Amino acid sequence: MDASQWLHKQPQGLYCEPADCYIDPLHPVEHALITHAHADHAIGGHQSVTATASTLAIMQTRYGEDMAGSTQAVNYREQITLGSPNDPVTCVFYPAGHILGSAQILLCYRGTRVVISGDYKRQSDPTCLPFKPVPCDVFITEATFALPVFKHPSIEQEMAKLLDSLAVFPERCHLVGVYALGKCQRVILALRAIGYTSPIYLHGAQRKLCDLYERQGIELGELIDVAEVSDKQSLAGNIVLAPPSALSDRWSRTLPNVRRAMASGWMQIRARAKQRQVELPLVVSDHCDWQALLDTIEEVNPNEVWITHGREDALLHALTQQGRTAQALSMVGYESDTQD
Amino acid sequence: MQAFSELLENLYYTTASNEKQRLLLAYLKNTPDPDRGWAIAALAGTLRFEFFKRHTVKQLMLSRVDPDLFAMSYDYVGEVSETVAHLWPDATEQPATLPTLNELVTAFQQVSKQKVSALLADYLSIMTPPQRWALLKLGTRGLRVGMSARSVKKVLATYGQVPVEEIEQLWHALAPPYAELFAWLDGKQPKPDISNAVTFHPVMLSHPVQDDDLEAIKAQPDEWQIEHKYDGIRVQLVCNANGKAIYSRTGDDISHAFPDVLEQLHFHGVVDGELLIMKDGNIDSFNALQQRLNRKKPTKALLASHPAGVMLYDILKYQQSDVTRHSLDVRREYLEKWVANNQQPAFQLSPMLAIHDAEQLEAAYRQAADDPSVEGLMLKRLASPYTAGRPVGQWFKWKREALLADAVIMYAQRGHGKRSSFYSDYTFGVWEGDKLLPIGKAYSGFTDDELKKLDNWIRRHATGRFGPVREVEKALVLEVAFDAVHPSTRHKSGVALRFPRVHRIRWDKPASEADTLDAVKRLIR
Ligand SMILES: [Zn+2]
Ligand SMILES: [Zn+2]
Repeated sequence: MDASQWLHKQPQGLYCEPADCYIDPLHPVEHALITHAHADHAIGGHQSVTATASTLAIMQTRYGEDMAGSTQAVNYREQITLGSPNDPVTCVFYPAGHILGSAQILLCYRGTRVVISGDYKRQSDPTCLPFKPVPCDVFITEATFALPVFKHPSIEQEMAKLLDSLAVFPERCHLVGVYALGKCQRVILALRAIGYTSPIYLHGAQRKLCDLYERQGIELGELIDVAEVSDKQSLAGNIVLAPPSALSDRWSRTLPNVRRAMASGWMQIRARAKQRQVELPLVVSDHCDWQALLDTIEEVNPNEVWITHGREDALLHALTQQGRTAQALSMVGYESDTQD
Repeated sequence: MQAFSELLENLYYTTASNEKQRLLLAYLKNTPDPDRGWAIAALAGTLRFEFFKRHTVKQLMLSRVDPDLFAMSYDYVGEVSETVAHLWPDATEQPATLPTLNELVTAFQQVSKQKVSALLADYLSIMTPPQRWALLKLGTRGLRVGMSARSVKKVLATYGQVPVEEIEQLWHALAPPYAELFAWLDGKQPKPDISNAVTFHPVMLSHPVQDDDLEAIKAQPDEWQIEHKYDGIRVQLVCNANGKAIYSRTGDDISHAFPDVLEQLHFHGVVDGELLIMKDGNIDSFNALQQRLNRKKPTKALLASHPAGVMLYDILKYQQSDVTRHSLDVRREYLEKWVANNQQPAFQLSPMLAIHDAEQLEAAYRQAADDPSVEGLMLKRLASPYTAGRPVGQWFKWKREALLADAVIMYAQRGHGKRSSFYSDYTFGVWEGDKLLPIGKAYSGFTDDELKKLDNWIRRHATGRFGPVREVEKALVLEVAFDAVHPSTRHKSGVALRFPRVHRIRWDKPASEADTLDAVKRLIR
């Protein structure tokens, strides 16, 4: 059965009619399937939430223990059944390689297989399992960085840039804007991997999720809260991780001689870095770049591609040129400037 | 090339100007000649030639990427060089060693026209995106890293521990890659001798007059020299034993475009004035001058129909002697003497208006407003020495009021650099019957806040797209200001505006009430 007859775009998000559930809804609903815990995909207040255990744990850390009426944790690759037992929708979560707990959701109804990939990337990331290509009829993808200008370098290369800068400007505190969930922990691990063993300092907003990652068995090395440092001058020549919004606020003025950096896929574009007054742009993204998007679609090789949000014009154009069937859903609300 | 690219990256992202100067200073200390001299030329904007045309860059890219994807990428990035720097295919194998900056400059200087494109492609293919960006910016002379020529000179002064004024004086007589300059700054050679070089001297500029300045001038008009402000282009004439030249106010040598003026110049000195079209002593409009400005080499017929001349108003050198330290009234005597020695139809002395009280000043301003060859008054302190730059309180311009029209915004395009994520360039039009005809483009005159609002409006009212250009609903009125309207055969509307800018955004005004083309044409003088 044609997927568009049972899976539709609605103001709240994608709705699967025979299972009566929404995927990543932006408003509270009765039953939600959540791909991952980023705030533009996972909100609090649903009656029931089905997600991976890590995603549920992050949501509880962010929104409180009672973030949903009930929760159902699923393992990757475990098959669950939704909707009427006589006419069921089967559902399987597969790793998406985006952040801890992130998943693609495979929905299968009357023989038609749809993969909702959520956000995903193909670069290696020690904080989560790698993206798994899942054969399907319809592949639903984001297009955040879907322009051929976007080429994400390796995170090691970008972190080496940060360490070089520390060596050149030992008198300056290196304040790095990183989204608190996923980007922060990935940046820390990459710094450790290239041999940076000094303590890394955290803005208050980064602490809870770092602790959670550690409880999930991901070791981040020595982390110190900036609030706990009595002599702020001692932060010169050190790395402080803060939410992007804190880069130029009052709080950052307590730090000595700040050199502003930011880790985001957008940092590749000069004007975007300039707008945020970033002196050291670090191109680190938890999404696919252009080539990775095209390669993934090639690998998954679906009959149809649906594009949720982002630079859909360009992806649609390229896929059409390849002779693929593709359409843009133009969903709003799924892109935030800072976490990409 | 590697070091140059790193310097540009650092300068580009660093905001504090003292940090930028520190970065450049470190580069000068660590980089050999002639590379550092070329870098200085690139930053100060004194490179004399383009390596390649923007068009060549675009064509090269389009032969390697789908044109629609290129257009979408360009629309997003907002700038060709950066778009190409990212889009260009990366080298698959270990890239060859990079050329030095000097090798690069020399290669493009020597390459034949037909091979420019291939040479550029070869270089782009061995470079990283930041290096490509540096090459493209350098090669099209479009480098902007937030460093003024003035601060480049300051760094040179710091580097050589000499006063910046000495660098300024030498500047226009020296050429990239500045070997003599660095030899002097390094203490290896004496200061370059430029006393007889045919070269541009930095000019003195005026400020727009404010109400309190006017009050002060009206109180003591006898301390001021008051002249018409001519609507031409500012030029400097240089003549000495080594030759002669005509320079624009930015120091470009425009002698070739005005052979009629040049051939009448023979007395030694450096004089300052306004280039105009002058027929039998009568001054023609700016539009007439435009005919000459459009031509790099004028035809005989054009020279005969549009003879150029210079209204002289100041002097920097009389024969060999520098007179810039004298006050304006003393310089005026030198200037009169110079003109007496160089009597030719092309040279006129800018008349001093006889003004002794506030009423006469007001009357002169009103009279200037009615004269199409004049755009207001110049008010110069008699005691002012000739100081390069824009010294405070010495010279003022009192321009006649701008003309205004209500026009409808029709198309919008993204700006460049910091503005590349905003739609900040607007094409606007006025009514002819029930059709809008574009009459001009504006990209200034609004605040950052207004820009955000305009940008937002455009995104919500876009109806079509032609490459980077967005067509919008014909619904928003801009009150545009401009200095003059001229008839034009190049525009469909038949008019061209001089210095159009956004005066006010008329969120309140319905598009149907915008001005008609006839109303705009009535403003032609
Ligand atoms: Zn996400
Ligand atoms: Zn997302």
